[in-house]
Amino acid sequence: MNFISTGFRTLVYKETLRFWKVATQTVAAPILTAMLYLLIFGHVLEGRVTVYSDVSYTAFLIPGLVMMSVLQNAFANSSSSLIQSKITGNLVFVLLTPLSHWEIFSAYVIAAMVRGIVVGFGVFVVTAWFAHLSFTAPLWIVVFALLGAAILGTMGLIAGIWAEKFDQLAAFQNFLIMPLTFLSGVFYSIHSLPPFWLTVSHLNPFFYMIDGFRYGFFGQSDVNPLVSVSIVSAFLVALALLAIRLLRSGYRLRH
Amino acid sequence: MTAIQISNVEKRYKSLQALGGVSLSIEEGEFFGLLGPNGAGKTTLISIIAGLIRPDAGKVTIHGHDVTGDFRAARKKLGVVPQELVFDPFFTVRETLRLQSGYFGLPNNDAWIDEVMHNLDLTNKADVNMRALSGGMKRRVLVAQALVHKPPVIVLDEPTAGVDVELRQTLWKFISRLNREGHTVVLTTHYLEEAQAMCKRVAMLKSGKVVALDTMASLIRRISGSQLTVNLAAGDLPADMRHLVTHPEVSEHGKKYSLRVNEYAEVETLLARLRESGAVIDEMQLQQADLEDIFLQIMDKGTV
Repeated sequence: MNFISTGFRTLVYKETLRFWKVATQTVAAPILTAMLYLLIFGHVLEGRVTVYSDVSYTAFLIPGLVMMSVLQNAFANSSSSLIQSKITGNLVFVLLTPLSHWEIFSAYVIAAMVRGIVVGFGVFVVTAWFAHLSFTAPLWIVVFALLGAAILGTMGLIAGIWAEKFDQLAAFQNFLIMPLTFLSGVFYSIHSLPPFWLTVSHLNPFFYMIDGFRYGFFGQSDVNPLVSVSIVSAFLVALALLAIRLLRSGYRLRH
Repeated sequence: MTAIQISNVEKRYKSLQALGGVSLSIEEGEFFGLLGPNGAGKTTLISIIAGLIRPDAGKVTIHGHDVTGDFRAARKKLGVVPQELVFDPFFTVRETLRLQSGYFGLPNNDAWIDEVMHNLDLTNKADVNMRALSGGMKRRVLVAQALVHKPPVIVLDEPTAGVDVELRQTLWKFISRLNREGHTVVLTTHYLEEAQAMCKRVAMLKSGKVVALDTMASLIRRISGSQLTVNLAAGDLPADMRHLVTHPEVSEHGKKYSLRVNEYAEVETLLARLRESGAVIDEMQLQQADLEDIFLQIMDKGTV
């Protein structure tokens, strides 16, 4: 048991150290990007858009940007690490070890969660100065941040396993992750959408992550947070089972 | 005890039969050579041993542990030096080795890591990023990574491809030491003189099948390819010996023939026949076949 934990902990450490060594690119840059979103959208839309009666648009936007950063960076960490290791061939150093598919899965996802949370926290720290934020239900903030990071870390792992070229990974990111993120209510409440798109948004699991996360701040949400946490948890379990199955079968890793 | 047991392993890539029922048994403490031309299936076989490729049929065990079913125990016993020059550009040499050691459950392994680096002349590169190393240095790190958990079985897939003489000498000195200490070593190489110098037993693969499996000494003794070169001062080669000639030439002092000899015992018979025919031998030389002759002969014939 001790051996299992050592190998697993080493892989978590390696995956975390990997992004930390290039923190300018992996941490500072996404924080700056989120800050620019806040400055531009906040400046343009503040006073023109009212989502909740007692919450300014900038305050509404901040949790969305924090969660978006958590999700995008968790995805980027596991997916980029895996695809780089596959293409350069150094994934062999992990595949030759006694690490089980469970340990490999958990290590990649945990490291992705660490990066997502670190960047999300950084975004929160630099944007929180621009609006008054409340923390009505902080436990929900933590729960949805962790679940969201785990889901996107797992999606990144699946994308990294599936992709054999950088452009395949880019397609996964640009045609799946980005639309799901931007159409999840980061910048707006889905109740402002026409009925068709409102229905479509309810099929987007990212919407529940952001809506539930925002509930932790304002105590208001489009969907009951218990419903959101159930949907998000079920989505995580389904994705985790898929990722573990891919790792166990050696799909595109062990030929 | 058997270090590696390979039983009827098959692997097919679409229409290509990469391995067609390979069976081998490598004993503990052996220095074993796996030889064959490009595309013979050597790397596929090594990858199956390492768990990087799943066989379509058959079974491989390392120290009795199935590489698929009991992969944890099997991989702990195995160190593999891959053929490709791969590295992780994010880390220094020491970080790379510490991480690799940690994967195998050895977090505090600096004494052995230092010894491996010393033996591979890597000590002064310990804190250098992998990207900054030359190809030869990267190859040394690959070897160090394979040895970092002190595996009883070491597999080296073309470890000296494209490296300088100094590294070869350093590497073989260290690997020989490990072999003397009881580690089993499996080597694939295109440098047949290396295989001849290092390996006690070899298997030759051709088109995914084992076409020769024997000790080095026995292979060289058993397989035709030794040559008896005679320089005749008088007389000529009798007609019934002409089919043995591999290289006829006219020498300064007479006629010179190189004759194929299958067994050492044949030499006496040939000399007696030459004397009977009236030929006078001025000079004589017996050249033993080397691994390259044997390799070429086996690859031509397809089997022993």
